[in-house]
Amino acid sequence: MKKILRIILLSSLVLLALLFIYLPVAWLVISSISSRSELLSTPIHWIPQQPTFQNYINILSPSQGTSEVAKTFRITLWNSLLVASSVTLIALTFGSIAAYALIRLRFRFRQTLLIGILGTRMIPEISLVIPLYLFATRFGLFNSPAILIITYLSFALPFAIWLMAAFFESIPVELEDAARIDGCNRLQTLWRIIMPISAPGLVSTGLFVFLTAWDEFFFALILTSTVSAKTVPVAIAEFTGRYVVDVGGMMTGGVLAAIPPVLLSLIFQRYIVSGLTAGAVKG
Amino acid sequence: MKSIRSMLFALIAIVLIASIVGCQPKQAAGPATIRVLTMEQAGPTVDEMNAIVAEFNEANPDIKVEIEYVAYDALHDKITTAMASNPPAYDVFLADDIWYAEFAKSGYVLDVTDRISKDTHDKIFAAAWDITTVSGKAYGMPWLLDEMYFFYNEDLLKQAGFDTPPATWEELIAQAKVMKEKGIVEYPMVWSWGQYEAAICDWVVLLYGNGGSLVDDKGAPAFNNETGVKTLNWMVQTIDDGYTNPASVSYVEEDVRNVFSQGKAAFAVNWNYMYDLVNFNTEESQVTGKIKMSLIPAFEGSGVKSASINGSMGFSVAATSANPDAAWKYVEFLTSESIQNKYSAHLLPMWSTSFEGENLTKLQGYTPANAVTVPMFNEQFPFAHVRPKVPYYPEASKSLQLALQEALTKQKTPEQALNDAAAKWVELAK
Amino acid sequence: MQRKRTLAQQDMLVGFALILPSFLIILGISLQPILTTLYLSLFEVPRGINLQNTFIGLGNYISLLSEPIFWSSIGRTFYFTVISVGIELVLGLAIAQLIHAHPPGWQFLRTSLIIPWAVPTIVNGTMWRWIYNADYGALNGLLFQLGLIDKYIPWLTKPDVAMNLVILADIWHSVPFIALILQAALATLPADLEEAAAVDGATYFQYFWFIRLPLLRPAILVALIIRTVEAFRAFDIIYVITNGGPANGTVTISYLTYLEMFTFGHAGRGSALSFLISLVTLTLAFIYIRMLYRPEEKQ
Repeated sequence: MKKILRIILLSSLVLLALLFIYLPVAWLVISSISSRSELLSTPIHWIPQQPTFQNYINILSPSQGTSEVAKTFRITLWNSLLVASSVTLIALTFGSIAAYALIRLRFRFRQTLLIGILGTRMIPEISLVIPLYLFATRFGLFNSPAILIITYLSFALPFAIWLMAAFFESIPVELEDAARIDGCNRLQTLWRIIMPISAPGLVSTGLFVFLTAWDEFFFALILTSTVSAKTVPVAIAEFTGRYVVDVGGMMTGGVLAAIPPVLLSLIFQRYIVSGLTAGAVKG
Repeated sequence: MKSIRSMLFALIAIVLIASIVGCQPKQAAGPATIRVLTMEQAGPTVDEMNAIVAEFNEANPDIKVEIEYVAYDALHDKITTAMASNPPAYDVFLADDIWYAEFAKSGYVLDVTDRISKDTHDKIFAAAWDITTVSGKAYGMPWLLDEMYFFYNEDLLKQAGFDTPPATWEELIAQAKVMKEKGIVEYPMVWSWGQYEAAICDWVVLLYGNGGSLVDDKGAPAFNNETGVKTLNWMVQTIDDGYTNPASVSYVEEDVRNVFSQGKAAFAVNWNYMYDLVNFNTEESQVTGKIKMSLIPAFEGSGVKSASINGSMGFSVAATSANPDAAWKYVEFLTSESIQNKYSAHLLPMWSTSFEGENLTKLQGYTPANAVTVPMFNEQFPFAHVRPKVPYYPEASKSLQLALQEALTKQKTPEQALNDAAAKWVELAK
Repeated sequence: MQRKRTLAQQDMLVGFALILPSFLIILGISLQPILTTLYLSLFEVPRGINLQNTFIGLGNYISLLSEPIFWSSIGRTFYFTVISVGIELVLGLAIAQLIHAHPPGWQFLRTSLIIPWAVPTIVNGTMWRWIYNADYGALNGLLFQLGLIDKYIPWLTKPDVAMNLVILADIWHSVPFIALILQAALATLPADLEEAAAVDGATYFQYFWFIRLPLLRPAILVALIIRTVEAFRAFDIIYVITNGGPANGTVTISYLTYLEMFTFGHAGRGSALSFLISLVTLTLAFIYIRMLYRPEEKQ
């Protein structure tokens, strides 16, 4: 009886959480397939009477008359993917080994370094963008995915290190000692023991880094100029004219921009399972 | 251990030196490349802009033109950042009316006064030159003429028993009163009084329509006098009385268009773009065919017939461009009489000759909306005012926006709010 | 003793080697802009070509600290940060626990959590601006149809209401981050702890408070730091939803920095503001670390 009550309680909480997530998402999707005049109707048409997929068609298979933003949207999607995944891969690789060192090895300046790394992330990017712009033009990196990867790394890495450090910390030291007795060196321990256990942390950190890079707007706006480097948020912003805001286009852009991260998380989902840790501890 | 530390420092030093010294950008050899920064929805479509470049290249094969489009909101930030490098990333850019004083003072825009022939100067609307002219010097060619217009929903007016649109704001209130009493519409007016530049534009329309002005002859703030306070009081009062939609305090132009498209408002002041979308586009509007335009009303006894705001833009050459002559050639071509007349489907030309004879017939014939907006433009443009050409305009505007908002949200009295803003303007002018 | 020292030395060597790449990336790209910002904050920097900067020492800082708008923005920023991060932490922890309990549909919930986070901030802002719209927004539409209001409400016209609504939009976007981080941290916790607790007859609350929460401390600390820094620098979402209005009611310190730096062209004041922001966030980070970070417990 108690068990059934518990399941009912938990299920209704899940339902509540899903409602919290999906109400606005539903509205996002509805706005992307409604004409403006339908969006403006009172009472609101919760289900569009004449749904239109024109916004999606404009972006996915642009024709002569479609706007420049819609035409180039797919290219910017690709740029974003390139930038965000490069940043994620590099940040995870260097970030996790740095985090491991900072957590497990004892040496001087350890604390100072940890705080110092965090400190670089405190300055608002608004004030860093002009020096970075000058840096980019001087090195011929302006309007290239490379400059975005580099700058995003400078703020993704500190947080990646802190996040990974948090996950590494919760792993019992005994596990590692056992491995070292078996003859593994530091790197082998990290690779064979620590990484598999902290897979959930690694995946979450990866998601965090990916989405930070995916969502970043201001740097991308200033440091890129053409479709060879423009990212999705910058492209989406161009649905706003001087007065006109193409809300349908923007919402469609938002829906499409949300799909790649969701797919990625689905792929990596299986690594976020709790069984791994339990097995490792017992083994 | 010591060696490791010194190695580390050496590495850091190398990175630092590398980032400080760097290499200088190379000068482009051969044909000059002109990089242009503009926005979409700034007149001609992207295809038309490309066609203009193709025509330009027929006469100037050695000048390559690369056009880049950004959102309006990003334009100012992109320009000011680009000017930090030398040569700048753009040779030609589109600038808004309100940035010209700032750009001229900062040395961002090339003084082209001597490059403009008398003939050109005379054939372009005088009010259009107000856009790019700062202290008597021209810093670019005007582009994309725009001003605010008065829109009304004829259907709602007829239901209330009125055949003609109001000529004064007092008359408008009288009509609004009847509409409210008959339950035709809850809030007859909707405005863009949010904390944006849009609020200043509406304020200019009302203030100048009351015989007031933002600054006096010497450039000192003049909006906090009796006329200014009276005008702002009128705004607050219309919200209190329910004649103005209270949400106006958070609205921009696009919200005004949306509410007007819903048929929830009978009167609105907005830019040229609204007419086509509201009156002809069933995808966008629920009130197609019911919308008319007329001269913006003024206040009774003000001695003013109408007042509007000039919201045009301009094309300028970057002062530090590596190829100023080639860049100017392109700007001249883009804004030339023949090109403007040829590609006027999506823009209002600034050549007064475009509004005569055959050109006018062509201009009016492009769209059903043009048939109405083009004559309306001619009627309203003489009443259009420019905002003060002061280099600190962005900051001045923000303080005035705040003042309007503080009065509209009842945090300060109109008098207090306007006095505070005026004090700020005086401080900025120092 | 001898052996131990060499081990320590070896650790030091390996440690530096492992940190070096990250260190170089972070410093290589951040140091120069940060130093430039620091330098500029001591000058009056006119916007323009070939204009001379004037050294004014701490002038920018002093004038900023004496302006009411600075303090009101700081106040609003604290309000924004405390409310949004506070609610996000509570909600995030609750959702993480919920997922960890593996009720029916938990996998679907976890996948769905990504969506609000994956919607770009700029779209998120535009979407909420429409939802909050007085005349055609979904919020009024929904409340009206449910009979909760009898008249459409102009939500964004009151400064305090507007601020809370911006916070709501931010919460929707950011709760998933905290929830997923904490959920991952829960997943790395040893499962046998739970079994042991069950055997000891601890109530769920006791277990949560005395065993699970302390173990989650490092993850909570990091999530808090990251979200606080982000909330303190929130700019895009305010820019899109309210543009600082009504009547400056949503002007936060980052928004003020943007205005100074870009709109007004005061690079010196903007830089000084940036450093003041860093000072505050760094202080907050230290407080969190003091409160939550206790590495000695592990040894």
